Amino acid sequence: MKAVCWMGTEKMTVETVPDPKILNPRDAIVRITSTCICGSDLHLYNGLMPTMEQGDIMGHEFMGEVVEIGAGVNREKLKVGDRVVVPFTIACGRCFFCQQQLWSCCDNSNPNYWIAEKLMGYSPSGLFGYTHMLGGYAGGQAQYARVPFADVGPLKIPAGIPDEQVVFLSDIFPTGYMGAENCNIKPGDTVAIWGCGPVGQFAIRSAFLLGAERVIAIDRFDYRLQLAEEAGAETINYEEVDDVVQLLKDMTGNIGPDSCMDAVGMEAHYSGPMWAIDRTKQVLRMQPDRPGVLRQAIIACRKGGTVSVPGVYGGFIDKMPMGAYVNKGLTMKTGQTHMMRYMKPLLELIQGGKIDPSFVVSHRVPIDKAPEMYKIFRDKKDHCTKVVLDPWANGSAAA
Amino acid sequence: MSEAARIHLRNAQGRRHRMETAFRWSAMITGGSLALLGLSRRSKSGIAIAAAGGLLTYAGAKAGARQRELIARSSILLNCTPEQAYEFWSKFENLPLFMRHLESVTPLGETRSRWIAIGPLGKRVTWDAEIAFDRKDDVIAWRSLPDSELYVNGIVKFRNAPANRGTIITVVVVYQPPAGAIGGALARILGKDPSFMMRQDLRRLKALIEAGEIPTVEGQSHGPRSGVSAIARVLNPDDPIKGDGKLTDIANARRRAS
Repeated sequence: MKAVCWMGTEKMTVETVPDPKILNPRDAIVRITSTCICGSDLHLYNGLMPTMEQGDIMGHEFMGEVVEIGAGVNREKLKVGDRVVVPFTIACGRCFFCQQQLWSCCDNSNPNYWIAEKLMGYSPSGLFGYTHMLGGYAGGQAQYARVPFADVGPLKIPAGIPDEQVVFLSDIFPTGYMGAENCNIKPGDTVAIWGCGPVGQFAIRSAFLLGAERVIAIDRFDYRLQLAEEAGAETINYEEVDDVVQLLKDMTGNIGPDSCMDAVGMEAHYSGPMWAIDRTKQVLRMQPDRPGVLRQAIIACRKGGTVSVPGVYGGFIDKMPMGAYVNKGLTMKTGQTHMMRYMKPLLELIQGGKIDPSFVVSHRVPIDKAPEMYKIFRDKKDHCTKVVLDPWANGSAAA
Repeated sequence: MSEAARIHLRNAQGRRHRMETAFRWSAMITGGSLALLGLSRRSKSGIAIAAAGGLLTYAGAKAGARQRELIARSSILLNCTPEQAYEFWSKFENLPLFMRHLESVTPLGETRSRWIAIGPLGKRVTWDAEIAFDRKDDVIAWRSLPDSELYVNGIVKFRNAPANRGTIITVVVVYQPPAGAIGGALARILGKDPSFMMRQDLRRLKALIEAGEIPTVEGQSHGPRSGVSAIARVLNPDDPIKGDGKLTDIANARRRAS
């Protein structure tokens, strides 16, 4: 089959690899019909996440048809022929954490638990195509994928809904939604959201769904701010203003946003001396993450407010404004998305016509074009917001 | 210790080293076991303490004549009852399903069993063990027979976790490899950190009991690997990009068969 492989920093190639096999009783094999490039894949593309290995298959946003299931899969939950969206987190469904609905903290799905344990104290769940530290599972930017614990994660999709409307249930829609839920929104609240990429876009819409009165979206690309405006957000292009924090104060009568969301993560762009220091440290591998947005969100947030962090961080940050965080009595909520908590309710929102997630798609290309699309997406060229790959479209003959 | 023994120790450097090792080891295992059993507030815990004490005395007596000991100690929360955990562990033939260094454990009657460990390059170490103490749903202790090449002394304790969260099991296993090739092979099997290996083993046990299978990526598809990672995979058995292929395959095959 064809698969997008990580061959080194900024080196993605489409390789012909063996089709996946059932390795464990609760595995299933899915024939992929749609798969996407996620903003978090760009951290891998840029070589900033440790424990990638040459030859790893990328991708964690995919859907398709079940073509094979293992002997241990509950037949009432899943059978061959089902059309499913596969969540990016892998969960056993039976450990303490799964039973608490903390699906992305599953204790039993990371074969390389000990690596993450060394870094974080305990390991979160395994993820598709996202470093060996988080399991080393082959990803879904391919024609087929092996899905462990297949009777827990995959969500069945009825016929009649196009892939483009539901494929984002695999990550970014639930991730944006949980980011908004983590904002503790009360009716009438003002929410400031840094980052208008796909997760930010879903977070903006979810914040309104959850009762926010105002959403202020912050980015530097007008085409993304345009999408945010279409959803009803006020927008700030941070490259065109002197001081984002002061502007947020002015916009809110000097009280500040009730909630601030960092939908950017470890590769934030900002300016001034801290940018130079953080970027240098990152290049020298002294600080894996660049926390400019997180710092700004903490400073901008109103007293007693909430900081929500759906953005991805991989390791450590410097100059965390802990004084502001403590003295203003803030709450911070974060986490990899507890996918299975959100997929079904959000599917119902889609079916009920409350939201059509396909608004975010900017590029539909055959899988063979994936390597160049990584670069275009990373460099925000060609008004790129979201890339959907077709694993079977004619680019070259499938293996 | 007698005055004569003290003088003897002072005079014999090499032997003093061995004796100190034995004392340190005794202290550690005693402490470990007491901690284990102290957690049990049942009235009959005196029996278990006595049994463990007996084991330790025996171990201490043998310690002076052996190579350095390897102590593996760890605990884990299982989402099952102590009865279920005990049931699984008390069938020693189940242990190779999650203990990576074991190839097989074969029962040899009511209380005895034959253990085969497999190391790098397929080198095998065999010993026979007997159950030293066994109280249903609570504690199991085992030890190698007196004439074994390898001295092994293990104890596992099962207790209820608070708030109905399942069972916390705590395991202490002391290995005393003989000097020479077999001892060297065993040391390599257990690595520099036997407790780390035990923690890895218990994590596999947890997955097996809770999820019904051990998570794995061995044998999945991938693109071309680099030569560097291929070498790393062979050299470092606990590296993320390694292959524990053989043993995982054995465990998987058995699991599928059962």
